[in-house]
Amino acid sequence: MSDPSGGPSANVELSIDERLERLEIPFNARGVDKFGTSKWHLGVWYRMLEFFYRRYLSVQAHGLANIPARGRAMLVGNHSGGVALDGAMVVAACFLELNPPRIAHGMAEKFLNALPFSSTWLQRTGQLTGLPEHAQRLLEDDRLLMVFPEGAKGTAKLFKERYSLVDFGTGFLRLALKTKTPIIPVGFVGGADAIPTIANSLALGKLFGVPYVPITPWLLALPRPARCEVHFGAPLVFAGTGNEEDEVITRHVDEVKSRIAELIQRARETRHERGPMNLLTGPLFGAGKKDGGK
Amino acid sequence: MKVLITGVAGGIAQKLAMELVTRGHQVVGIDVRPWRESPSAIEMHRTDLRKRAAEEVFRKTRPQAVVHMATVSQLVASSNERSRINLGGTQAVFDHCKSYGVEHCIFVGRHTYYGAAADTPLYHTETEPPQALGEYPELADLVAADLFAGSQLWQIPQLVTSVLRFCYTLGPIGQGTLATYLKGRAVPMVMGFDPLFQFLHEDDVIGALILALEKRPRGIFNVAGPMPLPLSTLAAECKRPVLPMPEFLLKAMLGRAGLPNLPIGALNHIKFPVVVDGTSFQKTCGFQHQFDELQTVQTFAQAYPPR
Repeated sequence: MSDPSGGPSANVELSIDERLERLEIPFNARGVDKFGTSKWHLGVWYRMLEFFYRRYLSVQAHGLANIPARGRAMLVGNHSGGVALDGAMVVAACFLELNPPRIAHGMAEKFLNALPFSSTWLQRTGQLTGLPEHAQRLLEDDRLLMVFPEGAKGTAKLFKERYSLVDFGTGFLRLALKTKTPIIPVGFVGGADAIPTIANSLALGKLFGVPYVPITPWLLALPRPARCEVHFGAPLVFAGTGNEEDEVITRHVDEVKSRIAELIQRARETRHERGPMNLLTGPLFGAGKKDGGK
Repeated sequence: MKVLITGVAGGIAQKLAMELVTRGHQVVGIDVRPWRESPSAIEMHRTDLRKRAAEEVFRKTRPQAVVHMATVSQLVASSNERSRINLGGTQAVFDHCKSYGVEHCIFVGRHTYYGAAADTPLYHTETEPPQALGEYPELADLVAADLFAGSQLWQIPQLVTSVLRFCYTLGPIGQGTLATYLKGRAVPMVMGFDPLFQFLHEDDVIGALILALEKRPRGIFNVAGPMPLPLSTLAAECKRPVLPMPEFLLKAMLGRAGLPNLPIGALNHIKFPVVVDGTSFQKTCGFQHQFDELQTVQTFAQAYPPR
């Protein structure tokens, strides 16, 4: 359900440091948890995300109350194009808008862990390599897991395909059944406006050791300011063990997919209501809401 | 109980032997290396495990339990020698266990069995096969010895075999791969990588081995300690500066300029974590570590202050 105000909740005034202190995660005396998530790195990372979330991209989150305050849960969302900006903004929303804040643990593409710096930062910020073992362990530790069942095919969507959904994997649903995890559908729009992909270059990807490089009208996949909307839907709980036949699983997956499609539609409507983004009076140049950062 | 310890001259093995004596057990030790001033209560034999003299020790002393600690890692021995010690020695130990009615044998293995690579999961469980062996052939004989020991579970059903895969150890004794790595003036790192390292205090290793001798768990178990720490945090706790170097430079410099002579494949072990899930051993034997991660690294750092 949407927040009545449609905007961020009343927790905006908390600073990043205050939020870090409120994280309900067992850090050791050096601020590291059992998965290698580090408070210090989280601070740097969330400060950067906050700038994008509140100013550069101006994200509005709806239905945050659907995310449980504690306990395992699986955020299942769509990729809205470009690179995984949507993932980063969902991570930002869970930290900046929830109280107590939560770390949304994404499942990073494997090649990212093989690259220097990217490897360290992903691990220190709770973004583990996308392996079923990691997903299961995080859920069993009652964390908030974020998955994009479209995978890399989802981030490779072109601008014209931005509201569509490509094929969903089924692994996430079997895992949700096995670990008795509620699924929270997430609909995200705006990623493709920030990074409108007109083509994907496989050749450039090969050169840099990544699957592909998105090409935008300004060539580089650098985001331009854009309005983004994210809607969190009511939790879906399916009964089962995770060992059901593919037909049963596919039926459940289709239900999740159609819920996400609805949320995308709703997000398009709420974004339309906000009107076009005016760069001169927009949030980037200070006319927007003030964030709580010190 | 009469316990035979192979590789008894090693730092942790010595301490285990003495602890067992204090607890009223009879201890027999075998090692090719000397143990100077070994306590008179410990029956010490200097021989190679693969020699007849070692078999004679089994025949004469008839131990009830064997703790096999005579395996070496790549830093110590050349490749042929290492393979002979690790595989030949392990085979000899199990042969003698079978021939001379040993009731329980503990194979002291290493958690590096699982391998380090970009796409391996954190918290390995005992059912996982070893990975990334191709990139680190130097590790192959330790992995083979581990698998060989595990196969004794069905090869010699009358013998209770416990394969224990220990994570790294740290403490005042300061032996082993991680301790050697942290002892230098600076800690070389691969730039842009800062993996988690999992380690156990030496006294907790001894505690786990004594527990295993008492409980005799049949099977393969990871033995993990407290929470793992990033390598950079470990270095900071040891008051060593880190020396981050681009991978290509580090490859070229290994064995030179005071850097340890690691095999190229070992670089993966300072790029990616090897972290194991020790729940099964904790549940089966009731193991609980006494030193947390910071106490453990601090006892090591006090024993080895920066030069």
